[in-house]
Order: sequence, then C-alpha cells, then structure tokens
Amino acid sequence: MDFGHTIRGIRHTFPHLAGLMASATPFRSGDALAGIAAKSAEERVAAQYVLADLPLKVFLNDLLIPYETDEVTRLIVDTHDSDSFAPIASLTVGEFRDWLLSDSATSDRLVALAPGLTPEMVAAVSKVMRIQDLIKVASRIRVVTRFRTTVGLPGRLSTRLQPNHPTDDAAGIAASLLDGLLLGSGDAVIGINPVSDSPATVTRLLRMIEAVRERYGIPAQSCVLAHITTQLAAIEQGAPLDLLFQSIAGSEAANSSFGVNLGLLKEGHEAAQTLNRGGTCADGTMGKNLMYFETGQGSALSANAHRGVNGAKIDQQTLEARAYAVARHFSPMLVNTVVGFIGPEYLYDGKQITRAALEDHFCGKLLGLPMGCDICYTNHAEADQDDMDSILTLLGAAGVNYIMGVPGADDIMLNYQSTSFHDALYIRSLLRLQPAPEFEAWMRCDGIARLRSDAAKGIDALDSLVERRLPG
Amino acid sequence: MTLYPDQGDLEVESPSIALPEPAGLASRLRALTPARVGLSRAGESIATQELLDFQLAHALARDAVHAALQPASLISNLLDLAGQGAVPEFGTPLLLHSAARDRTTYLQRPDLGRLLALESRERLKQLRRDSSFDLALIIVDGLAALAVERHTVPLLKALLPALSQSSPPLRMAPLCVVEQGRVAIGDEIAHELAASLVVVLIGERPGLSSPDSLGAYITWRPRPGQTTDAARNCISNIRLGGLAYDEAASRLLYYIQEGTRRQLTGVGLKDPDALQLSIDREMRLES
Repeated sequence: MDFGHTIRGIRHTFPHLAGLMASATPFRSGDALAGIAAKSAEERVAAQYVLADLPLKVFLNDLLIPYETDEVTRLIVDTHDSDSFAPIASLTVGEFRDWLLSDSATSDRLVALAPGLTPEMVAAVSKVMRIQDLIKVASRIRVVTRFRTTVGLPGRLSTRLQPNHPTDDAAGIAASLLDGLLLGSGDAVIGINPVSDSPATVTRLLRMIEAVRERYGIPAQSCVLAHITTQLAAIEQGAPLDLLFQSIAGSEAANSSFGVNLGLLKEGHEAAQTLNRGGTCADGTMGKNLMYFETGQGSALSANAHRGVNGAKIDQQTLEARAYAVARHFSPMLVNTVVGFIGPEYLYDGKQITRAALEDHFCGKLLGLPMGCDICYTNHAEADQDDMDSILTLLGAAGVNYIMGVPGADDIMLNYQSTSFHDALYIRSLLRLQPAPEFEAWMRCDGIARLRSDAAKGIDALDSLVERRLPG
Repeated sequence: MTLYPDQGDLEVESPSIALPEPAGLASRLRALTPARVGLSRAGESIATQELLDFQLAHALARDAVHAALQPASLISNLLDLAGQGAVPEFGTPLLLHSAARDRTTYLQRPDLGRLLALESRERLKQLRRDSSFDLALIIVDGLAALAVERHTVPLLKALLPALSQSSPPLRMAPLCVVEQGRVAIGDEIAHELAASLVVVLIGERPGLSSPDSLGAYITWRPRPGQTTDAARNCISNIRLGGLAYDEAASRLLYYIQEGTRRQLTGVGLKDPDALQLSIDREMRLES
C-alpha cells in the first residue's frame, strides 16, 4: 500500500504505514537518530493529512510488526474486541480525533471503547492532536485501580514515594521515607529502586517498608523495583511483596532485551496474586491490581529492537503505545512513563519531553491504563526544573493518576531529576486535589499523628521509627 | 462529566501538611542521607535558599557533562599503577576514540559512541596477535570524564592485586582508554582483541549530588551490535559517598570469576548476596 498527499503541486509519498506514522510524528531526536523523522516540516504535515484520512480499520490489517515474529503484535490482534470497536469502526483517524473532542465522547463511552482500540490507532490519532487536545480527552477518562489504596479517582492525585539511596542503606532510605510520609507522599506506592539486583536486598527492603507500614497503619503498598526474576526469587524467600514491578517495551525484541516476555510476566503476575496481600479499599472491595509497569519512548530503539515488517523502522511513540498493550493485559495497579529518563538522543529538550509526556498519558488512558508519569530529565538533556513545572501543571490538568515524590526532586541513586514531595503539594493545592481516600483518611487521623509525634520527640526520630539490628 | 467533583468544596485543605515540621527533624534526617530531605519551606513550596542550592547543583552537573577527558594524565597514572607490582601484565594502554567526533555529536548520536572511529579500529586490527585473552579492561569517558579521572585508578588499585592471584594466571588484554564512548563500544573492542570477558569502566550520567559517579559493566563474550543489556551485569555509583572502591572491586572480582566460570553474564548471573550483606546495615522495627 502506498500513501500520498499533494500540497501545492508537490506530491509527498510514503512507501508504507510505518514510514507514514514516523513522518507524521511531531519532531523528536529519537526518530531523527533512527533516520525516520520527516525530512521537512512540510513533509510532516503532508503525512498528517494522509494519516487523518486513513480509516482506523487499516490498522487491524496493515500490521506494523509481523504477527508471526512478534508476540506483542499477537497479543494486540488476538485480544482486539470488535464489539467495543464497532461504534468507531467506520471512522478515519481524523474523524476519530473530531469524535474524541466532541460531547459524544463521554467518560463512560471512552472507557467502553478501550478494548476496541489498538495501540497503533491511538498513537495515530495522537499524532494529529495538539497538547490541549491530549489534555482535554485524557481528562475525561478515569482509570481507577486498587490495592490498599484507590488510585485514579476524580479529584485525587497520588504519588509514588521514591526514597532511593546510592548504597541501599536502610537508615538513608528510612530518612527519605519519613520525610515523604510527613509531606503526604506515598499513596500510589512506596517504591525503591535498588542498587543491588539481588533477592536478599529486595527481601530486606520490602521487610523494612512492611514494618514501618504496619507500625503506623499506613494505607499504602510497597515495591522494590528489581528485575522481575529477582522479585520472584524474593517471593520464594518469603518476602512481603505487594506490587510486582517490571520495565516493558512495545516489541518482543525490546522486551527480550529487558530479559522478559509475556510468559514470564504471566508467571510473575500469578505468583504475586497467590500472596493475596491487597487490602479492603474505601469502597469496601478488596484491592486486586498488583502489577507495576514502567515504560518510556526510545527504549526499543536503544535496544535496536524497533523494526517491523520488512525491516521498516517504527517510530518511538508508536512503539511506546504498543508497550501499553502489554501492560493492560495484566490489569496493572500503576503504569508510568519515565518520560525524560532516557536522555537527549531520544527526547532532546523540554519541548520534546513535554509533548511526549502528554502523548504517553493520553495514549495510556485511552487504552484503559492507570497512567502516571515520572516527570523527569537528565543532566545531559536541554531541560530544567521550569520544564518539569510546566509538565506537572499540564498533567495535573489532564488528570494524571500519580507522579513521583523524590526528596528535593533529586534522585541520588538514579542520577536524574524528577518531581519532589513539594511539587506534589503544589499541584494538589493548585487544582484542589486530594490523595487517595484511604491515605487522606490516614493523614487526617491517628496514624500520621503518631508518626509526627514520634518524629517530634527529643530522641532520634529514626530510632523510634526503626531499631537497628547490630551486625553479627 | 465534571473534571474535579471536589471543586465545590473549597474549604477542604490538604490534611496535615500545614503543620510545622517537628523541631530538629531536618538535621537528623540529613545526617542519614545525602538526599534532599528536611528542606525548609515557604508555604508548601521550598524556601529560596533551597531553590538556589538546587540550581547550583544543576549548574555543576551541566558543566560536568560537557567537560573533556584528559587522557594523557590518566594513562600516565595507569602506567604508574602497572609499575607498582602485584598486578597482572596489561601492556601499554591504548588510547582509542569512538566514531562520535565531539561532545555535541556524542550527546545526540549514541550509535556513533558505540562504534570505534576508523583509525582506532585499524589500530586494534594491527595489534591483534594469535593469542586470545581472558579479560579486557576498558576505560570509557561516557557522560562524566571527571568520574573516570577520579575513580578508575583507585578502583584498579583495589582490583588488580586480586586478579593477579588468579590461577591459572589471567591473560589480560592491553588496557584501553576510549574517548566519547558508550558501554557497548567495549563489545567491539573485546571482539577485536579476542577477549572472552569485557569490563567497561565508564562515567555515569552526572546527578545533582554526584557529578562524578563511575559505573562498571561486565559482559561475557560480547557480540558487537547484538549483545543486549540483559546480557550484562552492572555495578553502579562507584564514588566517594557511594559504593566504596574495595566493595566495588569485590563485586567486580565476583562477576569476573563467576562470569568466566559459568560462561555467562546478565540476567542469569545474580548479584553476590554474601558481599551485599557486608555493606548493608540491617534494620528492623521494635516489636
């Protein structure tokens, strides 16, 4: 199939769907690195015209990555629900955008649509949407998940408390944990990125959070973000594991570069379910969502795993949306795009990171995912805290489920900047948002008061929080 | 649908946050971690002093990214190390360059940072002998030349004597120093040198609190252009205030020995738990 559009007598042609999608993508360094970005601004808009006229049905037949060689494609095709797709089956990509922005696209209809959408359709429509479109549509979609807290309700914004430490030191982690809890952080998850990818470290850190959580009755869930096989080994050692984490991507080859596949994710999901550690949430139901996935544009390209039919390269935003198909298969508690972590070769500056954050949030929500965002950048990107403030404010308006809470926005283990406990207070206050209902209740009553009072005593706050076990 | 149903209830304040921090808590927390805990506030935001401290740290990190490696002094220090005895023979260090011409190119073209420049590749090809090597040690500037200049020599000082006691003796490839390189450039170099295990010491992304952090990547039988990150083991945060040299050297030794013995690295080779325990302080709650 050949795609083309004429602008003032000049015919722009695109040899295949993958090339059309790439050319239609707003500019970012990663697509330029892959050699698939539009060659001119005019060509980009020509591609967007073609894309807007393309029937959504095309994406069900013209597959970007072959069914035979890619299990993510098989998952997308095999789980596509044509009944849910029916209401929009006759639309083009451009008409789909118009419908999404119309009053017909109610919250209920958008939620019902998700199983009928493929990542490629969602990526395509996002390419012809402006930032305000991405915000407006996403803000209508509420994806609510539960474990011990309820995340994603209207009027709520949750945070992952991220108390990382460069040597996994328990006291150092506890200090950041206490600081964050007192500032109202941690209602999405208390999640540590460990330096050491070992079952013993995972077990030790999970037990530590568990002890604090039980002592102060904190309605929260924990996670240590090691490789899934390491977490499974920790489960076998008896670790109190709440959420099971894994980084995922949008092609089988990219997932393979992470050392995972769908079978392993399924095995992990089942193992974590048997632990039955969810709590009774505010609505009286038991929390059952327990997977935690992280994604980010550029991961497939960085693993040289971004090729599709006949070796055609797929753009990074479409591949990112495909990762969401992997995620939604496991009814996750949390999904977030670690948008600026990967670096300037994929998202060069604040402008590109901003657009990507809003795209990822929109695509994830439209596909039915509980999207959060690690609003972040590295020191070799052309970005700074002003850019993060802008993204935070935009995502707050878009109804993001959760953001990160990192002490002072400075992650001293992963060497990047994210959002701080104070940043979360800013956006909650600005938009009048509350934490998850269970966590809000905890903050209004006895639990946090005891934590605060222990911290206020003349003795070392942390000695009252935890008691160190002497070596040997 | 109403976007924020709670909007009508304007009297609802965020719970608890308005209370002042317990006295003295900030300094107690700061004694336990280099993280930015216990920050002074202006309302719910951070105070001016904290804001400026952050801006300064970011400025230093930005400058660190763009600093260039000084290879002459590094190689001279490595030669001094070789002269101190009790280290395996590693030959004259080779200075190599990636295909990324300069810093600006390097930052936008990681693919070029993974490939050797033509002249460097030719040089390695000429050097290749009939024999193969057990280990190639490759020092790469990465994103923080400062980290390489500060930590490589002390780390090797802790590592090399242990390696020299290997039995049978370890056959070490010539030490390589690479400018404008990424981790995977070690794959091509190891391949050219016919080394079965490669250790890449590389400057990590500068963080605000750590503009000079060194990382180590260990890969068994790397295949240029094909080896993925899942096939590597990584030791991160080697710096003062991070992972100490002795500890990093112990872990490196473990990966070198176990990787060689089991002929694999990556997801299939887990962290050394026993070593882990020696640096971590265990904590538990009062019952």
